[in-house]
Amino acid sequence: MNSIVDILIIVVILTNFRLLGSSQLKTCVRVVAVQALILSILPVLAGQGEITLHLTIVALISGAIKGFLMPWLLMRAMREAHITREMEPIVGYVFSLICGIAMIGLSFWLSQQLPLPGTVANSMLLPLAIFTMISGLFMIVARGKAITQVVGYLMMENGIYAFGLTFAYTEPLIVEMGMLLDIFVAVFVMGIAIFNINREFDSIDTELLTQLKD
Amino acid sequence: MMILALIGIPLVAALLAFVLKNDKLRRALLLSSAIVHFALVIASWLIQPTAILNNWLVVESLELLFLTLTSALFLMSSVYAIGYLGREAHKAELSQDKGFLFNNAPEANFTGCLLMFLSMMSLVVVSRHFGVLWVAVEATTLTTAPLIYFHRNSRSLEATWKYLLICSVGIAIALLGNFFLVVASSNLSGESTILTIDMLIKNAASLHVSWLNAAFILMLVGYGTKMGLAPLHTWLPDAHSESPALVSALLSGALLNCAFLPILRMHSLCMEAGQGEFSSSLLILLGLLSMGFAAIFILRQVDYKRMLAYSSVEHMGVVAFGIGIGGAASFGALLHAVNHSFTKALLFLVSGNILALYKSKSTNNVSGVLKVLPISGVLWLAGFLALSGMPPFGMFLSELKVVEGALNKGEYYTVALFLLLLIIVFIGMAQIVLKMSQGSPSKSTEESFDAEALKEPWTAVIPSALLFAVVLILGLYIPSGLSEMITKALAQVGM
Repeated sequence: MNSIVDILIIVVILTNFRLLGSSQLKTCVRVVAVQALILSILPVLAGQGEITLHLTIVALISGAIKGFLMPWLLMRAMREAHITREMEPIVGYVFSLICGIAMIGLSFWLSQQLPLPGTVANSMLLPLAIFTMISGLFMIVARGKAITQVVGYLMMENGIYAFGLTFAYTEPLIVEMGMLLDIFVAVFVMGIAIFNINREFDSIDTELLTQLKD
Repeated sequence: MMILALIGIPLVAALLAFVLKNDKLRRALLLSSAIVHFALVIASWLIQPTAILNNWLVVESLELLFLTLTSALFLMSSVYAIGYLGREAHKAELSQDKGFLFNNAPEANFTGCLLMFLSMMSLVVVSRHFGVLWVAVEATTLTTAPLIYFHRNSRSLEATWKYLLICSVGIAIALLGNFFLVVASSNLSGESTILTIDMLIKNAASLHVSWLNAAFILMLVGYGTKMGLAPLHTWLPDAHSESPALVSALLSGALLNCAFLPILRMHSLCMEAGQGEFSSSLLILLGLLSMGFAAIFILRQVDYKRMLAYSSVEHMGVVAFGIGIGGAASFGALLHAVNHSFTKALLFLVSGNILALYKSKSTNNVSGVLKVLPISGVLWLAGFLALSGMPPFGMFLSELKVVEGALNKGEYYTVALFLLLLIIVFIGMAQIVLKMSQGSPSKSTEESFDAEALKEPWTAVIPSALLFAVVLILGLYIPSGLSEMITKALAQVGM
């Protein structure tokens, strides 16, 4: 069981690099969905105890929402906006990958510094969580398209979710569902906003959003 | 039951508003739900509502204080909304700023989101579980985003996008803070009670201190983004200036306070765990920083709604500062939150009247408000005096209490800085407000005046006038019921 978990964790780390180096918006949306999907099934595989009904329900619903529904929403927004590529990123792709290597180093270093109390499901999970969160923040800052910023936000959420996994901690079902609903509606509203940004500016470059300033 | 009704009635009304076809009926629904909600809150003053959902949702003094603020402001805003929606309905017009076409969003969506916003704010206030609290705060972001985009133009779209992205990222950081809190409490047993505030406070001594402090930082950053604390306030001036006046009033008067509650609860947990000095110093630092940022940006402001927005940053800074100082200052801080809510809602609603007439947010295009809008003009000027802490208005008393508390602690230098920043903001705002109020409007502006706005319809001035009366009363004396409530609320968070 544990070797599968290790492999999946490495796959998630690789998805982060794929996201940092990808210029295709569609690829970004798909990859972040795969990342979320893997993270949704991890608690079932990595859980120390038996597989409870609670775990299964959460894994199923979060997999369905993050793995299928949200990418579908974003793809639709992109289809309507007729946009497929990130043309001019604020930070170049090669440099983004180099930053990625630095970030993963930082994540391993940070996770060694954190004095973790209690048990940890898998020692790789913590650096993975930190790496995914930092990459997400990096994507939000370093990419100019509204869609890539949403992808960055989803990466951040994935990273935070992975952090929760580290302690095999489950929230009460009602709270967990509320969180999923929030993230889903967030992506839904952002999708509508992207559609409107495209209609208003004929582009989804957030660099055009500079009318409001002091 | 009472708590369920406070959250459920606006939610059901919101769903109804989405499907109702008749505009008049929908407006009546908005107003009646606001009245029912307010009546329920008043009833909760008399009868203590019973806690529900494993004691996750509780109404005691602190919750009741913030519920009252939220509900009262919502009632005033919905009276304003009735007139506003009637005037704006199916109206597409050119704004004087750069000639943008105003093409408003469907009214059903607007009303529905407004009611859902009320429901979610009530949930934020009453929840005693950090997970539920997080869900509710994020939900307020999502329900307000369509409200900000009511005027469908590129400026409000930009404001909406920034608001959505910055606040969502901020609140994601707060979620990480939640998980840190789970780690901090890993010694405790009982999974179902793990993020409940009461349980954490009771076992505060056995929490892991370093993880607790880290959780406090993350939540301060996360919810502080939503509360408008510098340097994460950047979305606030945009969102507050581009949304309709009644939405700005609610965002500034009610939502910022709601975002402050989780920070206050975390601070009380830190104090209980013996880390009060650490969390206090951070609150003081961010408070003064917010006041500083606001002072800089108000001085060279040319947009009067942005000026009000920066003033919200300033006053949230005052609240954070007061809570950070503690003692008598924390009484002042909560009183200040109350005063700020009423005063800022008053000013934002009046700014809507001015905007409706002049069709410009630039201070260069607005003059002679006192002459053409006698009621709004007087309220605008009086509201400004109240906002800058002049006697005989409420903020004078609350700022005095904050200063008194800080002096008692011997914080002479910080008090000096605090007063200096208040004076700078006063000068900056005085320049703008006095210029707008006095003189007479230029010929070209006068020709473009909206005949309806010139008449000052009652829905546009009665809410502001009532809010003004409250601010004035709070300045003349602090009702014993209120001061008792604040004292009890502070005792509840261990201050």
